[in-house]
Amino acid sequence: MSQTNWAYTDAVKEHFMNPKNILMDEENYQEDGKGVTGNVKCGDEMIVVIKVNKEKGIITDCKWKTFGCASAIASTSVLSEMVKGMKLEDAYNLSARDINKALGGLPEHKIHCSVLGDKALRLAINDYYLRNGMEDRVKKEEERVVCQCMNITDQEIEHAVLEGARTFNDLQEMTKVGTGCGECTEEVMQLLEAYQNKHFCEV
Amino acid sequence: MSIRAIYMDNNATTPLHPEVNKEMVEVMDVFGNPSSLHTFGRQARQLVEQAREKVAAFIGAMSEEIMFAGSGSEANNTILSALTCQRKQCHYHVQGAYEVITTTIEHPCVLETSKCLQEQGVTVLYLDVDEHGKVNIDQLRDLITESTGLVSVMMANNEIGTIQDVKAIAKIVHERGSLFHTDAVQAVGKIPVNVQELDVDFLTLSAHKIYGPKGIAALYVKKGAPFCPLIRGGHQERGRRAGTENTLGIIGLGKAIEMRAQEMESDAEHLLELKGALRRGIEENIPDVQFVGHPTDCLPNTLNVTFDGAEGEAIVLYLDLEGIAVSTGSACASGSLDPSHVILATGLSAECAHSSIRISLGRENTMEEVEYVIDTLPRVIGKIRDMSTVYRRRRR
Repeated sequence: MSQTNWAYTDAVKEHFMNPKNILMDEENYQEDGKGVTGNVKCGDEMIVVIKVNKEKGIITDCKWKTFGCASAIASTSVLSEMVKGMKLEDAYNLSARDINKALGGLPEHKIHCSVLGDKALRLAINDYYLRNGMEDRVKKEEERVVCQCMNITDQEIEHAVLEGARTFNDLQEMTKVGTGCGECTEEVMQLLEAYQNKHFCEV
Repeated sequence: MSIRAIYMDNNATTPLHPEVNKEMVEVMDVFGNPSSLHTFGRQARQLVEQAREKVAAFIGAMSEEIMFAGSGSEANNTILSALTCQRKQCHYHVQGAYEVITTTIEHPCVLETSKCLQEQGVTVLYLDVDEHGKVNIDQLRDLITESTGLVSVMMANNEIGTIQDVKAIAKIVHERGSLFHTDAVQAVGKIPVNVQELDVDFLTLSAHKIYGPKGIAALYVKKGAPFCPLIRGGHQERGRRAGTENTLGIIGLGKAIEMRAQEMESDAEHLLELKGALRRGIEENIPDVQFVGHPTDCLPNTLNVTFDGAEGEAIVLYLDLEGIAVSTGSACASGSLDPSHVILATGLSAECAHSSIRISLGRENTMEEVEYVIDTLPRVIGKIRDMSTVYRRRRR
């Protein structure tokens, strides 16, 4: 039987079948930073660890593990390849959209799974800063501006979701996000879904 | 190397039985409206009534007690929705018996309709199940009152295969003068079901779970039992379900039932043998597994198993790439992020519920296929556990 109707793209399938950079020897891995996110009770959990070239501020290695679905596996696999050789700041600013693009697109209801990897990566980068006396470089998750036009952060979007926003229109009404150039629309949609899942996962 | 195609998701749906296929192709050109008086109509009517007789005979009912519907979901909706009927002559209205008792492990078509009833003011009570998915019968005794209009308990569960003691439940329900419905979509055609022996008032069965076509189901309504149609506007099905009959589907259902009558017993033996081999193979080759469902009172084809630390959707998709089709929980739940309500109801954790898969065998499966699954599964589970955040941590 052919597999032509696979719900995911070839890139997703390849990273799913042959995931790269899995953290096999967790006990003996000498990481410079570690990030853990998700909740097994909600059906997914992610650990990302990084090694850093301290002189250059570059990520030299990235490994991961997950209790997650095909999308989480594929997106973190591709992410772990992307960040090697990348500056810490650049890696920190990678968004779910960048990963989604590298994978050629994920089914809409699966995008929330793909944010686990980059979230854990940001936590790992912050962890590296903390371990190396660079508290000043630690970025709080909520400080990331998503909508440049209206200067809306992801924390504000999260708040709006907690206040009942369920659609992009709800978010626009409540925060004015994406009412400028509209460039952030896709990422806001991903955040909307991610926050809904984070806060309203029925267990 | 040719890619295999092993179908082990028969509780989601089944392939057409070759005999059903043949029969349906033969009657494909029967287009007459069964309600028409002319030759064309009478020809269709005759075939529809022959099918009705086969369905009735198979479950120990009379033909006039069988009503065809578009799906098991429709049939279940029909029975439950009657509770909110406000017509003066409606049984529930007359009796003032508006309460419903059902269970926590029903199919979503029962649970969602129950929720809808609650929103319309009907009290709905949910019976718990034990670790094997058996309904708490003592709780039923405690909860049932003269206000209970209907009790609905599924005969066999779609996700874990557990079979309820429907006869004992029906007895309690009737002692309190209430009505009893059972969703037997997963049971009829897999295990012996006789409506007289079980003493049920309403029973739902479906064609596509038993090698018949999709889009056709039947509802048994005991003679004299109160009934309120969901779909109005025609005299079809003795006024119980308006709409021109799905002639082709009905004939397909009749043939599927006829084949079940011939093959159910031998199929059950075959399936039990395969399931036993599968279970042993999994137990012997994969550590940290747990089987969900009743050890003996279980459908012969259904095996639900949790693989500690391995996420269910990943298992399903890796197996799919190996040519094996199984599912997480129920097919209806695919795409949903919530863990299976059935697994949770048995008392297992959400994590376990996220780690479970359902293997539902069918008449076409072979021992060779089972062996291939046993050969493939350990590698797939091993791979997923290698990248699992929870598996090795716990094993340390």
